[in-house]
Amino acid sequence: MENNLTAAPIVKKTLIGQRVRKPDAPEKATGKTRYINDMVLPQMLIGKVLFAGRAHARIIRIDTSAAEKLPGVYAVLTGKDAAGLKFGFVRDNVALKDQVRCEHDEIAAVAAETEEIARRALLLIEVEYEDLPGVFTPEAGALVGAPLVHQNFPGNKSLSFEFKHGDLAAAEALSDYVVDNVFRPHHVTHCCMGTSCAIADFDHNGKLTIWTQTQYPYNYKMDLAPALGISPGDIRVIQPPVGGAFGSKLDVYPYEPIAALLAKKTGRPVKVIYSREEEFKAAPTRQAAIIHMRTGCTRDGTLTFRSADVLLDNGAYTSWGPTIPVIMMRTTSGHYRVPVVDFKAQAIYTNNPYAGSFRGYGNVQTTYATAQQMDMLADLVDIEPLEFHLKNAQKSGEVTPQKSFLRECVLAECLETAAKASDYSRKRKEYAALRDLPGRYKKGIGLASSIHNAGGAKIHKSDGIGTILKVDDFARVTVITGASEIGQGIDAVITLIVAEELGVPLEHVTIVNNDSDIAPWDVGVHASRTTFIAGNGTRRAARKAKEQILNAAAKMLDEPAGTLELRGGSVVRDNCGTPLIELDRLLRRMHFQAEPELVMVSDYYEPKSEPEGAKHISDHSAAYSHAVHIAEITVDTLTGEIKVDKVTVAQDVGRVINRMGLEGQIEGGIAIGLGYALSENMRIEKGMLTNPCFRDYKLITAPEMPPLDLHFIESNCAEGPYGAKGVSELPTIVIAPAIANALYNATGVRIFNPPMSPEAVARAIDETRQAGGRRESE
Amino acid sequence: MMSVETEIRFKLNGREVALMVPVTMNTLSMLRDKLGMTGTKYACGEGECGACTIRIDGKTVNSCLMYAVDCDGRELVTIEGLRTPEGLHPVQQAFVDHGAVQCGFCMPGMIMQADYLVENNPNLTREEAQRGLEGNLCRCTGYTKVLDAVEAVVEAKKCCGRC
Ligand code: FES
Ligand code: FES
Repeated sequence: MENNLTAAPIVKKTLIGQRVRKPDAPEKATGKTRYINDMVLPQMLIGKVLFAGRAHARIIRIDTSAAEKLPGVYAVLTGKDAAGLKFGFVRDNVALKDQVRCEHDEIAAVAAETEEIARRALLLIEVEYEDLPGVFTPEAGALVGAPLVHQNFPGNKSLSFEFKHGDLAAAEALSDYVVDNVFRPHHVTHCCMGTSCAIADFDHNGKLTIWTQTQYPYNYKMDLAPALGISPGDIRVIQPPVGGAFGSKLDVYPYEPIAALLAKKTGRPVKVIYSREEEFKAAPTRQAAIIHMRTGCTRDGTLTFRSADVLLDNGAYTSWGPTIPVIMMRTTSGHYRVPVVDFKAQAIYTNNPYAGSFRGYGNVQTTYATAQQMDMLADLVDIEPLEFHLKNAQKSGEVTPQKSFLRECVLAECLETAAKASDYSRKRKEYAALRDLPGRYKKGIGLASSIHNAGGAKIHKSDGIGTILKVDDFARVTVITGASEIGQGIDAVITLIVAEELGVPLEHVTIVNNDSDIAPWDVGVHASRTTFIAGNGTRRAARKAKEQILNAAAKMLDEPAGTLELRGGSVVRDNCGTPLIELDRLLRRMHFQAEPELVMVSDYYEPKSEPEGAKHISDHSAAYSHAVHIAEITVDTLTGEIKVDKVTVAQDVGRVINRMGLEGQIEGGIAIGLGYALSENMRIEKGMLTNPCFRDYKLITAPEMPPLDLHFIESNCAEGPYGAKGVSELPTIVIAPAIANALYNATGVRIFNPPMSPEAVARAIDETRQAGGRRESE
Repeated sequence: MMSVETEIRFKLNGREVALMVPVTMNTLSMLRDKLGMTGTKYACGEGECGACTIRIDGKTVNSCLMYAVDCDGRELVTIEGLRTPEGLHPVQQAFVDHGAVQCGFCMPGMIMQADYLVENNPNLTREEAQRGLEGNLCRCTGYTKVLDAVEAVVEAKKCCGRC
């Protein structure tokens, strides 16, 4: 084709905003994908864990001799084998315990030839416990003289946080209306369809290879190392495909060091995998909390202050759960223009299960409060909620009290778009008028919004990513990246960006991102950051490769530099699209010429954000985003059942990259939020989970999923890849309060303690009727 | 103490299989642990999630709830058996094309159930598909794209009547 001027021009077609298939979907749809749960290694043993099954106890005696003698058993470990190997945020956890602090405390572990033998071995372990009085609510834990969960944490005090801005007393004096409520967001759990699993193996130099579901491979090494007493440098992390994560794999949990300790002891690979019941009991939860929130405004509907006093149920150990105030305070101070803020949070150890990070990370709980209080205040001021929201909505360029810089802010546009699309104002009035008339079924419509970081969150020293990109002699591209794939679809985004920049077919892009010995640093999948951060990393690397390729082409073809482009697998003249040489031929020429060159580039991208800092006054994300949800529901006032008829969504996505993946993230995020709002609830009685199965812990199923009307507002983020922002947490955050506000519109009741289960709603309606009218019921 | 084993014979994805299984073993474990057919997934073991859905004599069942010995003399189709020599089965293809697959862990079961629904009801509506997939839990997708894919298969079948 070279110098063949008759060849048809190749027109530029952008892939940005198109619908691109997930590269791994065909393998997954045919059952070919080898998930970690499916993996079997030669010589592999099966590890099983003995859980305490009681909430607080001393171990008087433990006898493993019978288990050790069982044929097929290779190792039995107890607390003494992990003694001193503390890990976790505040080093309060060990892989195997010598004291019981919660139901799922790991007391012993067995490695055996088969799962059946391992199970039988567990039954042969004799443990004598002395049960101790426990604490099962943060209030109880905070009482003077309460039993201590950890002797070295007096008052059961775990982490605490504080942020104050402005003069609270003055703001209160200025307020014509103040709403003051206590919200009690509950315990829920991730319910990844693939249960927790790890496989560990040591080599003769003492280097550990661990196959794990982790979504943060590099910090994971740092966190796992102390649990084993080895160097992080001696850990290789391999991430096979996983059956979901949603934040649950953002920390080390004891089954992982247990697999490694068993592997060390036996000299063989050991796999630990949970049953569903074990998963319910031992996997992390979403942080439960008690939020005392107050918000004030003036008669004309201008917000004056917001205060939040938060007590967190830390559970028995400190994982990511009790760190959520980092985001809770951003919402408290940044959800609409709040001039005065007073936030404090204290986490209290209890003998309950402990929380990790979970999609929405603190913002699910906080927005449930802030978004309902916005609705209540609008009612008090007696203006349209939409108008009230618009009046207090920030605009581009505003800075929140914590110094979140809202560079591109389209909150008002999101509000107006969603309200118009759903005919919100008219329906709201109409339903409110019908509320107190007779009739079993009531309709309601509710609006809620929230703000979330959308360009990472610099809570670690770095929020960056490394990318290595090579283009081989056949114009096949390999991207070696730290970005983990956990089902969310970063694989499709990376493929799309490479194809966009280098003009190669999507199928010619391979991603290597699952081996810490190969791929460079990344912080992990969290904070809605991966499309933003890895998207930027990929684009920068691809542009470096492109520059090298086009420079070589210009020289070789004697074309002026800066006039060439890559398109349709060829080098073309940018202005007219005339193809000059096929890319693969060019690459071979570059490689095999007198001064040979290979195309292999690397990039380190660190977003322009500021470290969170101890004072929490920093522009900690490279972007922020808003979403508005309007939920339309029908309430059966007899049974209390809420049917969600439709949800209208307007979200600032910056710019659409892969439209199909984006829709999937919003739809899936809403499904998790719906479960949180309506049905999911870990029923924990005196520290013991009473519903560890899908029959009694109800996820949203296909018939309950409402139709969604999605509107993507493109604010074109200057720092984002092609303008994109992170998207995937907001859908989980905003839906519950939208339903809560719709419930109020329909029935006049509010539920402060989610979920809005039929029992809770029916009870609230009954109480309201008995009280002779509308009442805000707890 | 190992449980009693017995020999069973059945057809798996069109091929004859004969093997010894413990009488207490369920079909899901037999497929995964004895036959290495790991396409079918475990996610609850109690008939509550549908991840282990396979076809037996044309009907879909939760393989975790069925004893392996009860497969004797019957015909099993698993997700691995859906693929045709020409490529993906139309239901699999529709799931891929419509973005119905995220982590994918629920998908073998979801696709087996979806295939059963469209095969047995050429006029399957979206509501019927929702009800028919009620027993298949997915934590990632919110089912919307799953239903889009199923609708597309129903439509495509209507137009050519062959697939
Ligand atoms: S594994 Fe069989 S229904 Fe869940
Ligand atoms: S795609 Fe992940 S559970 Fe369905």
